Amino acid sequence: MIEIDICKKLLGAKGEMHLDVDFNIKEKDVVALTGESGAGKTTLLRILAGLEKANGIIKVDDEIWLDNKFSLPPQKRRIGFVFQEYALFTNMSVEENLLFVNNDKEFSKKLLKMTNLYELKNISVTKLSGGQKQRVSLCRAMMNRPKLLLMDEPLSALDPNMRTNLQQEILTLHKEFGTTTILVSHDISEIYKLSNRVIKLHFGKIVADGTPKDVLLQMSGNEKFSFSVEFLEINRVDMTYIAVVVVGGQLVEVVVNEREAKELKVGDMMSIKVKKNHY
Amino acid sequence: MIETLQNLNFAPFILSFKLAAITTLILFVISLPLAWYLSQTSSRAKPFIEAITAMPIVLPPSVIGFYILYSLSLNSPIGAFFDEYLGVTLVFNFTGLVIASCFYSLPFMVQPIQSGFESLNKNMLEASYISGKSKLQTIFRVALPNIKPSLLTAIIVTFAHTVGEFGVVLMVGGSIPDETKVASVAIYEMVEIMDYESAHIYSAIMIIMSFLVLLSVYIFNQKINKKFASFT
Repeated sequence: MIEIDICKKLLGAKGEMHLDVDFNIKEKDVVALTGESGAGKTTLLRILAGLEKANGIIKVDDEIWLDNKFSLPPQKRRIGFVFQEYALFTNMSVEENLLFVNNDKEFSKKLLKMTNLYELKNISVTKLSGGQKQRVSLCRAMMNRPKLLLMDEPLSALDPNMRTNLQQEILTLHKEFGTTTILVSHDISEIYKLSNRVIKLHFGKIVADGTPKDVLLQMSGNEKFSFSVEFLEINRVDMTYIAVVVVGGQLVEVVVNEREAKELKVGDMMSIKVKKNHY
Repeated sequence: MIETLQNLNFAPFILSFKLAAITTLILFVISLPLAWYLSQTSSRAKPFIEAITAMPIVLPPSVIGFYILYSLSLNSPIGAFFDEYLGVTLVFNFTGLVIASCFYSLPFMVQPIQSGFESLNKNMLEASYISGKSKLQTIFRVALPNIKPSLLTAIIVTFAHTVGEFGVVLMVGGSIPDETKVASVAIYEMVEIMDYESAHIYSAIMIIMSFLVLLSVYIFNQKINKKFASFT
C-alpha cells in the first residue's frame, strides 16, 4: 500500500498552480496517470522518486519516504524509473547498464532473456534502436526489484508496432514480478491494455479516478450499449470511409466520417455506441 | 646553424613542460569539483564564481602577475607566513611559477569540463541516483566517462596555455636559469640581445610542438564524435 498526500507550488505555462493530490495505491496495481500537458503528471512522478521537493506525506508500506521533516533520498527509495528519452548510461553496454544498478548477473540475464535482448548484451547502448533502448531502460528499472515502478510516457517516442511489442513486454514483466506501477500516458489504448486504474489530473488536481472504462468512456444515458474496439485500418469506398476494428477477437467494419477517418491511427482504442432510434 | 643546434640549451623547454605538467595536474584536481558544482547549481553565487574564474582570460597577464607577486612576496602576510612557518619562499622560484600558472590557466581547465558536465543528459544522472548510486559514484562512473572529449580538451588546452604563458611568469619568476627561465622568457631574452638565430630555432620548436599537440586533440575529438554520432 502506498499512501500519497502531497502539495507543491508549480510555475506552469499558464502561471502559478498548485499540485495537490491525495490518493492511495494498492500493491500490484498499475495506475495510469493521464491529463493534458502541464497538469503536473511528470512532477508528481519526480516527487515520488525523490528528485523534486514537495510538502506532504509519502508512505510506502510502513516506510516513510516523505513527511514534513524528512525526505528519503532517491538512492534509498528502491524505485525503478523509466524515462521518456531512455536516459541510459551511454558509456556502458546493455548488460553493464543493468549490472550498474545491481551486480546480479543471473537476474540481468533473466530480464534480458524475457525482453529478447540477451543476444545484444555486449553491445554499446548507443548502437540500439529506440525500442531496444527503451527495453533496456525497462530492464534497468527492474534490476533493484523496485517497490514502485514509475514510467514517464515510456512509449511515446516509439512507432505503433514497437509500442504494441513493448506494451506486451511491460505486461509480461508485471505478470512476473507484480511491481506496483505508475505510468504516465496519453495513449488510450496503452492505458486500456496496461492499467487497472486511471487517475486524471487537471491543473494539479485529481478530476477523475476509477477503472479505465469508467474514466475514459464517458457514456451518456441514452446509449443502449457501448463497447471498446481497437482500430486496425481504414478503407475508402466511394464517398464513405469504412474502418476495420477488432472487438473481442472479431473484425468488424464500421462507417466513420471523414474527420474521424483522418484522426484515427492504427492501434487507437475507440468506443462504439449504439443509440436509441426514434421512428 | 648546425653549431647553434648542437649547442642548444633545452633546459627552458624542459622547464616549460615541467611547469605545464604540474599545473595541469593540480588544476585538473581542483577543477573537477568546481566544474561539477557550477554545472549543477542554480545558486545566486554561480555567476559571481563564474566571473571570478573567467577573469584571467580578460585581464592583462601583468595585472595577474603584479597581484600574485604582491600577495606572495615577503612583505605580504601570506608570503611572510609561508616563509616564517614553512620556510618556503613563494616568489622568484619554481613554486611561485606553479602558483601563478594555476591562477592564470584556471578558466581553461574549468570551462570545458563545466560545459561537458552541462551537456550531459540530466535524466541519465538522475537514473544513476535512483539506481542507488551516490553523487561521487555518479560522477566517476557515469559523468566523467561520458565527457572524455571535454576532459581531453581541458587538459590539452590548459597544458598548451601554460607552456605559452609569458607575462605572468616573467613577473612572478623573473629569469633564473633552470629555475624560472621557461621557453617563452628565453626567446624574449634572445630577441633582446639580438640573437635572432637562436630565437628562430626556439620559436620554430614551439610552433611545431603546439601544432602537433592541437592537431592530435582535434583528430581524437573527431573520432570520438563519430563514435557518438549514432547516439541521440
